[in-house]
Parts: sequence; structure tokens; C-alpha cells
Amino acid sequence: MSVAVSHISKRFETQAHRFVPALRDVSLEVQTGELLALLGPSGSGKTTLLRIIAGLEVADAGQVFFSNEDVTEKSAYERKAGFVFQSYALFQHMSVFENIAFGLRVLPRKKRPNSAAIEKRVTELLGLIQLEGYEKRLPSQLSGGQRQRVALARALAIEPRVLLLDEPFGALDAKVRKDLRKWLRHFHDQTHLTSLFVTHDQDEAFELADRVVIFNEGRIQQIGAPSELRQNPSNDFVREFLEV
Amino acid sequence: MKRATTDPWWARWLLVGITLAFIVVFLIFPVCVILVEALKRGLEFYFSALGEKHSTSAIRMTLLVAITVVPLNTIFGVCAAWAITHFKFPGKSLLISAIEIPLWVSPVVGGLVFALIFGRRGWLGTWLETHDIQILFAFPGIVLATAFVTFPFVARGLIPLMQAQGSAEEEAALTLGANGWQLFWRVTFPKIKWGVLYGMILCNARAMGEFGAVSVVAGSVDDKMTMPLQIENYYQSLSGGGLSRAFALASILLLLSAITLAIKIGLEWRHIVPRLNQASKPPLAH
Repeated sequence: MSVAVSHISKRFETQAHRFVPALRDVSLEVQTGELLALLGPSGSGKTTLLRIIAGLEVADAGQVFFSNEDVTEKSAYERKAGFVFQSYALFQHMSVFENIAFGLRVLPRKKRPNSAAIEKRVTELLGLIQLEGYEKRLPSQLSGGQRQRVALARALAIEPRVLLLDEPFGALDAKVRKDLRKWLRHFHDQTHLTSLFVTHDQDEAFELADRVVIFNEGRIQQIGAPSELRQNPSNDFVREFLEV
Repeated sequence: MKRATTDPWWARWLLVGITLAFIVVFLIFPVCVILVEALKRGLEFYFSALGEKHSTSAIRMTLLVAITVVPLNTIFGVCAAWAITHFKFPGKSLLISAIEIPLWVSPVVGGLVFALIFGRRGWLGTWLETHDIQILFAFPGIVLATAFVTFPFVARGLIPLMQAQGSAEEEAALTLGANGWQLFWRVTFPKIKWGVLYGMILCNARAMGEFGAVSVVAGSVDDKMTMPLQIENYYQSLSGGGLSRAFALASILLLLSAITLAIKIGLEWRHIVPRLNQASKPPLAH
């Protein structure tokens, strides 16, 4: 499924009646099966855009499309975009198993799989993230990398049409980060799930993504394949940011 | 070994001594007086005093009021805390302060407000009278006054708790397709349940002991009295044994408080102490 945003604008109220623009007239299309990176300095609006696509934030203006369907007016729980949070946001009081099963357990009765099917699906996902045997652990008993993988499995359990990752490796140490990066690229090559991830790490964006979107001050500066961006930076900001 | 933070022995003894003296004079001594006075005329008198119609109806009324008010204020408290922590709306900080009004206002004033609204000469008095609805000097009035006084207890504890927890888990649940109901019961409630229970215990303790606000709306109708009012009534009565009756009933109120306190301590031991232990343990490695 493709994802598109059209003329999205958003401002935040910092204090009473004082607004800071976060996104200014942003349009973008993520093609079906693509792995796209939103790259930019912190505060450039990339996370806000991701949250608007998921429905966690409402844009002041503009539209969001999933395939050709306008989902602008739909709430987050209707959109069901797979979302992986920077801080994992795992359910602290639930086991790894229950965390991953959550999206299946909250399905309407008619669509909800029976407990055997849920168990099968969760076991499958535990295998995918290489955490077999950890199903009874609580999130507090896992390392950072393990938590992030559980968060990923939890998002994938509902078979989302799109996967959105907010600084997915931001809180991890260098070694774990590299491993997980490789794992994600491998996973994407196998599934071709349309994916969009936010990062401020240039290496990460260039190594992982099919195309990279460079953000600054709420505007898209340039979109292109990694090689293209390096060869033809379109403006001074991109040139400086990429240090080419 | 002498540590830098160790105070001299006399300072420690002085502080501990002052604390103990206060506890003895203001807490333990009164409790002893209640028990001694209650049992002064013997066990037989004690039980007959409790068996009297006035006593049993007061006990029933107090329990009924608590059973009604605690759930009401729990629902309100959870709603208010949810709204304040999850939504942005104008006047939010004002609302947080408004919730605490009953803590600042004298309970008697709170009771008077209801008397002013529902009393015979009050705003709604005539209307209520023509429709034959009794609020003042009856169960609804006592419930209203008690609810007013205990209004902040659940909300006040939950707001900082929920603000500290943030809404990351709730957002995750949303993207996984949980609706509002599922979100609350599966994600939010498990995180706040002990806070809710703690608030309910405080609310209950206050609801059973409230005197000022209730005394205004309950008036002097004998069978519409709560325990604190009936205790005062016995105490003021000139008949022989009034004092002992008052203390006998007070001892029951004391017993209810002791039960509440025991539940509270039990909760703290079960849920706060293990968490502290857990926090000091390092997370398991890979």
C-alpha cells in the first residue's frame, strides 16, 4: 500500500497564543513496498509528520491518504498503522507474549482469532525477532534491543498496511543499533511492507532506505535515492547537512 | 564509623522524642480514652448501647452513605484525571484548582450551600416541595454533602500519577486498534489501579467521619443521622449513660477507621515495597 500526504501544515502552541510551525505545506508519497527515511535535525518536524500519518496528531491543514483512501478524518485506531515508538512504549504490566498479542486481542469479536491462532501468530513473531523463550518476561526484564524488537513484533502482529518507525534505534548502543539495522533491512527485503522511518542519523538513513527525505524547519528540502542526494544536493542546507 | 550525615545523638533523640510525644498525646491517648469510656459501664451496657435503634440506624446510614459516595467520587476522580492528563482544553489549570475547593472551604460552608439550594426557602425549595422530593434532612442531602467534602480525594492522587506515566502506552494501544474502552481497561487502568484504590480508601475514611457538612443538611431528624452526628447527639443528651453511649458508638467508628487503615497498610506493603525492591535490582542482561 502506498501512503501519501498532501499539503500538510501543523503548528504547536508553546505558550498561550504563541505558535511554532512544525510542518509547512508538506507533500510526500511513499510508494508501495518502499523503505523511506525521513532525515533531518531534531525539531525539523519529521516526527510530527510520522505522528500525523499514524493519526496520533491532527494536522491543521492537508490530507493523508492510505492507497487512494482519504484517512484524514479517521482516528488512529481506525487507521491501524504499525507504529514503533522511540521509547518502545511497551505495556509495562504485560508479558512479552501479551504485548505482542495485544493488537489481536482488541479486534472486534468477529475478526478476533481464537486463542490457538493468537498463540501461533505470537510464536511466529517471536521467532522472527529471535526472542523464542522470552514470552513470559516483562518488558522491564529485557535489554533495550530486545524491547525494541518486541515493539516491532507488536506492531507487526496486526499485519499493518504500513510500518512507521520513530527513531527506532535512537536509544540503543552502536553495536545493537547496527545489528538491528541489518535485521530491519533484511526483514523489509523479505516482506516489502511499505515503511517510513524517522532518523537524525545520516548513515542509518543512507544505509537502510530506498529513498531519503531531507527535512529542515518543517519543510522538505530534497527527496531522492542516497546516491542522488550526495551527487546533486539541491540547496545549501542539504549540502551542509550531508557535508558533501 | 561516623558518616557526614549523622546528626549528634541528642538531636536524634530529641526529634524522635518530640515525634513520639505528639503521637502519644494526640493519637494514642484519645484512642485509649474512647475505649475506656466506651467500656466504663461494662460490656453488657456497651452492647446494649450499640443495639439501640438510634445506634444501629446511624451505623446503617454511615455505611450506606459511604457505599454511595465512594463509587461516585471514584468515577468522577478517574474521569477528571483522565481528562486533565489526556486532553488539552482552555481552563485546564483552573479545573485542577477547582477540584481542590472542598479542601479549602470549611465543610460547614459546603453544607450550607446545599441547604441554600435545596432548602425550603432555597433556590429549588418550592419546586422540590411541589414535586414532593425530599433532599435536605434526608439521605440524598447527606450524600451530596459528603460527596462535596470527599470530592478531591481520588482525582488529586491520580492526576500526578497519570501525568508522570504519560500517554505513550495509550498511543501505542491506539495504533494497535484499541478503542477507548479497551484502552482504559487494558492499558490505563492496570497502571493506575492501586492509585485508584488508595484514593477510594482515603475517600471512604473521610466519608464515614464527616461531621460539619453533614450536620447542616441532616438537621436533627433522629433516624436520618450518621454515626458522627449520633455520637454528638448522645454526648449532648442529658440522660444517664449518654457519654458511654457516645463513646460506644465512637468505638465502632474507630473500628471502621482501623479496618480502613489496615487495608491501606496492606496495600502499601504489597505494592509499594516490592516495587522499591524491584527498582533497586538491575535489569537482566541479554
